[in-house]
Order: sequence, then C-alpha cells, then structure tokens
Amino acid sequence: MTPEDTATLAAAKLASLTILGGRDKGGALETLDLTLRPGDVVCVVGPTGSGKSRLLADIECLAQADTPSGRRILVDGAPPDARRRWATVGKLVAQLSQNMNFVVDLPVAEFVAMHADCRMVADGDRVVADVIACANALAGERFHADVSLTQLSGGQTRALMIADTALLSASPVVLIDEIENAGIDRKRALDLLVSQDKITLVSTHDPILALLGHRRIVVANGSVADVIETSAEETESRAHLERIDAVLMALRQHVRGGGRIEALPAAFSTFASAMATDEPFPWTR
Amino acid sequence: MRVITVAGPPSVGKTAVVLKTAAHLAAAGLRVGVVKFDSLSTQDDAAYARAGLDVSVGLAGNVCPDHFFVSNIDDCLTWARARGHDTLVAESAGLCNRCAPHIKGALAICVVDTLSGIHTPRKIGPMLKLADVVVITKGDIVSQAEREVFAFNVRKANPRAVVVAFNGITGQGAGELAFHMAQAAGFETLEGQHLRYPMPSAVCPYCVGETAIGEDHQRGNVRKMAFAGDGS
Repeated sequence: MTPEDTATLAAAKLASLTILGGRDKGGALETLDLTLRPGDVVCVVGPTGSGKSRLLADIECLAQADTPSGRRILVDGAPPDARRRWATVGKLVAQLSQNMNFVVDLPVAEFVAMHADCRMVADGDRVVADVIACANALAGERFHADVSLTQLSGGQTRALMIADTALLSASPVVLIDEIENAGIDRKRALDLLVSQDKITLVSTHDPILALLGHRRIVVANGSVADVIETSAEETESRAHLERIDAVLMALRQHVRGGGRIEALPAAFSTFASAMATDEPFPWTR
Repeated sequence: MRVITVAGPPSVGKTAVVLKTAAHLAAAGLRVGVVKFDSLSTQDDAAYARAGLDVSVGLAGNVCPDHFFVSNIDDCLTWARARGHDTLVAESAGLCNRCAPHIKGALAICVVDTLSGIHTPRKIGPMLKLADVVVITKGDIVSQAEREVFAFNVRKANPRAVVVAFNGITGQGAGELAFHMAQAAGFETLEGQHLRYPMPSAVCPYCVGETAIGEDHQRGNVRKMAFAGDGS
C-alpha cells in the first residue's frame, strides 16, 4: 500500500474537522473554534466578497496559518504534518458548484460505471443503478440511464452530481456552492449526503437553503462573525417559506406552459398589501 | 540552483500555474527566474513581468521546439545565476506529445486540464508519464465525478507522480505545488545531465523545410500508415 492509499483511507474515516480562527481583513483576531463531524450540514452565509470562498478554500487546502486568513484546520483534532496534508488534500473534499458541468459525452450509466471502476467498487452494476435512482429521486424530471450526460437539464445534472458525490466519491467532506431552487429537491439532496456520513458545507444566499443546515456560519469582513444553531422557530419559519416557495414554483410551471397569471389566490393580495406597508419587517425589529 | 521543468499541451494554464505558485515561493524567500519556451510567439513574458517575475523568452522558430529546449537549457541556468536567482522554472509550450523536456534529477511538472477529456492522460506521452508532479487544471468547471475519473486516469498513466488539483484563477493548489517546488533538487550546471526520454530519431526532408507532398519527397525516416478495411 502506498502512502497515498493510506491517506485516502484515513481521509475516508475522518472523525472530525476543526476550524481555528485566524484574522479578519483588518488584522483583528477571529474568535473561532468550530468542530464539524460526519453528518453535519453547515451553511455559510455572508455578503459577496465577505470571505465565504476563502473559508471553503481554507478547509479544502487544510490551511495551517499559511493562507491570507491565517486559519488552521485540524483533522481528527490535530494538525496534519506537511506530507500527510498534501497527500490528503484533493481526496478530503468533493466540490459542487453551479459553474460545474458534465463535459464528457457518454451515456449516464456508462460514465457512472467508469467512476465506480475508479473507486474499485465491488458491486459496480448495483451502485450505478443506485446512483441513477437517487438522482431521479432528487430531480424534478426523470431521466433514463442511456441518455447522454450532456443532454441532462440543469436540475438533472445537479441531481446526478449530488447522488454520485454522495454514493461514489471517497471524499468525506462536500463543499457546495449554492443549490439552485429549480428542478431539484434540496432537502432530500442534503439528507442523502447526511445518510452517507458526509460533512456538508453549503455556501448560499437563499433563506430556505440556509435554514436547511443544522448550523450556519456568518462571514463578514474576512472572518466568521457568528455561528448560528438553527432553532425550532427557524425550522418553523422554513416550513412557511417552503409553502410560499411552492406557490411560486407552481406559478413558474404555469408560465412555462404558456399560462397567464390574471388571478391569484385571495391570500396573495392580503399578503402583498400587508408587506407593502411602511412597517419594518418583523426580523428587523 | 533549483531546476524545475513545467510542460503541458497548449492552453492548459501552465503560465497561470507558474504565476500563482511563484507568488508562494517568493513569499517563502525563494528568488525565482522564469524562462518561457515557445514555438512561434508568446505574450506570456508580459504576464510574468507584470507579476514582478524576472523572465526570459526562447522562441524555437523553425527548429523543433524540443531540440531547441535541450540546446538552450544549460544557458538558462547560467542566465538565472547571473540574475541572482536560486530557482529556475523552465516553462515549455509548443512541444508535441512525443517528447518531454524533463531532465533526470530535476523536478518535472506536467500540466493537464480536465476539459481536454477523460482519456487525455493516456494520449500524452513521456511529458506526463515521466513527470514527478502532475498538475490538473480547470477542475472548477467540470463535475466532481469527472475530476475523480481524470485523476484516476492520470495515476494509471503515471502511478508514481504526485497529483495536484489546481485552479489557475483563484490559485487554489498553489500552496501545495509550492511545497513540492521548494524541494526541487539543485544543480551547479546541467552539463552532463540527461533528458528522461530520448528525442525522436526522425530526420526527413520535411524537418528541414520541404513542403511538397508526394512519394518523391518522402526520403529518410518515413513511416506509412496502415488503414482500416479495404481503404489502402
């Protein structure tokens, strides 16, 4: 067994990842000692340019006070030595972002089988079927195993990427840059990653997605300003937001089908006029 | 003088990789000089100069770029020493897949990009197979699954290389590559050192300027194709 294989095994059995604070953009100390464990879903929120990507990049390269933030990342409670750090990097973290596409022109099943081969999975055919079934459960519209990867819709592509990452990627940590709110069941996608014992970090501006996390990290001016546990009240808020969202999604389908929107549910006008007052929003009070 | 060869197919992002990594090396106190080899023209020297890196350009012109490289690499070392550098990065573009500029004992880096297709690692010859470090770029725009398959195919083509995932825009991976580059072996001179892979023995009239097509002009080292079916 090569040192790389050992590192892969070690990475796959990761028990915890700890992020220790560095400095913000002004040089002020960042108070942070956050430990993530398999099955955790943590959202990362903050304005554009606040340092969300830096935080994810620090995790990805297992920063040891040698990135602009000065943060340190501990693996299973200890800093990895240089050799192990670089042998582990690249295998520790799987990444998914809206900018990613499938570029290989192969049928879905053939490509997933190729990925399974790389992982030397024993029961390849079953795993391929599982990945495709999981992706179809996440995607709004079903797709067939024989369709070409490049012909999948945006939602189907994202669903397949998440299912494949959950079931076939060796990486114990998954970094996701936003999951668009169309053509994919986001709650189910995160549940799938949790069921595979991944540590999942999601960078997002979307309130529903943010509330789907167990915790969320608030980034401002290059450092972590707060770590919020998602409360029972917030989970309840999410349920309301999801209902509003479902209506908007239904409207979207309707517009897609060439429909007109001349009549809205009565509750909508009540809601709209309530929102149109000069009263501050309840969450600003 | 640390000597590092960086090679790869055109447009994979070799210059971006060297630029981002050189920043880390400079921060660690290394004095990096870059020689950019290309075939016909390059604008990359301007990019290096903008980044404050000392750069010299070698254009092969009508000479085979691999031959041009090997005839000049020791002079590059002399240049770098005269300029007060302790690390020489020789970036070669315009090489064909048949050859490699890699030198025995000197850190050899091959840069490939995931967009080039998952079978590409198999198609690139000694440039990749004999490298110490294979840098994979443009992973940020393809799926995680394709990245993993691509990296797997790189390992199959070259099991002993260290594989580094690199984002040429954000510089992700530069810290790791800098770690490997800082450990590159040093040389007083490259005189007497050897390439890791021999140059092609093909010398034919086309090497020296022939342009006419036809049997009469095919002399010297000629190989004819075998065609599928009855097409011959």
